[in-house]
Amino acid sequence: MSSKINYTLHLADNALILGQRNSAWCGHGPVLEQDIAITNISLDLIGQARSLYQYAAELTGGGTTEDSLAYLRTEREFSNCLLVEQPNGDWAQTLLRQFLFSSYQFYLYQYLQCYSDTRIAAIAEKSLKEVSYHLRWSSEWVIRLGDGTEESHRRIASALDELWRYTGELFLPAGYEKDLAIDVAALEYDWSKKIKNVFAEANLTVPGNVFMQTGGKSGMHSEYLGHLLTELQYMQRTFPGCEW
Amino acid sequence: MQFIRKYFYGDIPEDKSGAATTGKSSGHDWPLWEVFIRSKNGLEHKHAGSLHAADAQMAIENARDVYTRRMEGVSIWVVESKYITATNPEEAGELYDPAVDKIYRHPTFYNLPDEVNHM
Repeated sequence: MSSKINYTLHLADNALILGQRNSAWCGHGPVLEQDIAITNISLDLIGQARSLYQYAAELTGGGTTEDSLAYLRTEREFSNCLLVEQPNGDWAQTLLRQFLFSSYQFYLYQYLQCYSDTRIAAIAEKSLKEVSYHLRWSSEWVIRLGDGTEESHRRIASALDELWRYTGELFLPAGYEKDLAIDVAALEYDWSKKIKNVFAEANLTVPGNVFMQTGGKSGMHSEYLGHLLTELQYMQRTFPGCEW
Repeated sequence: MQFIRKYFYGDIPEDKSGAATTGKSSGHDWPLWEVFIRSKNGLEHKHAGSLHAADAQMAIENARDVYTRRMEGVSIWVVESKYITATNPEEAGELYDPAVDKIYRHPTFYNLPDEVNHM
């Protein structure tokens, strides 16, 4: 049971942290229309996180709620992958992070749709429609920047240099994934194919021989997560139990 | 200092196919697009508003994100604003005023059965 709780939390944390990251663009998007696009994606992700936290809270019992899971756990208790906690950087870095992660979520949720736990399967099925759109939107932006001007290409290429090292972790099973026989390694083939196809159109090359960073899935995070959580959890920590 | 200058559709200079220009570029020089949304199957597409986008594909996606996030639509059309020809407001008199006193053109002299919708 604890592996199932931990896995549900891992899925929820991924969605919440990326949702929180994207939400920082609200009011700062490069143009109004894209400001709305990225914050819509943010809300989709936070919605996914809520469904998953609610399920994890039910499994945990004992007064645990979706809010206590999101607002009252410490950095080491979060098991999101490192990729989603990386800073927004410029627009290129934000949407490349989205692309790398949405393409992962796309194949993962397809897989989880048929998972034996019907609650997780149902959340995956519902979320897949949203993720398909995130993938479509971010793929087009990767191509647009990669195949755009000299500056846009330079920016997306440097974002790729920065973020690629966090992609290896996605396909390395954590303890809870092994316990539940969730074969994340098997997703890598389709994911790589998708990435290569989009990169080919964007004139980008998959970096070779990069040392892959790991640890997020077991609570060992980069320096950025603590700062993010400080902001995310500030209200509940300062005014415990406060409600809107 | 340059003040905002409003163009009417139809007389937009080719190099600025946006409805209004300001002295300062608003961060991009993407053309303006008009968005039409069909709220449900069987109904017509209605003008919902306009937005900026680099190409038709982006215009569709922007329209989806800006105009259908509260379940407003099931289908979207976009067309670049410069392709819309509009009447000139100065000619409003000769174009529209003659219809003012011709109330017999309204179908208000008939009784419509309740079952007839969308009239």
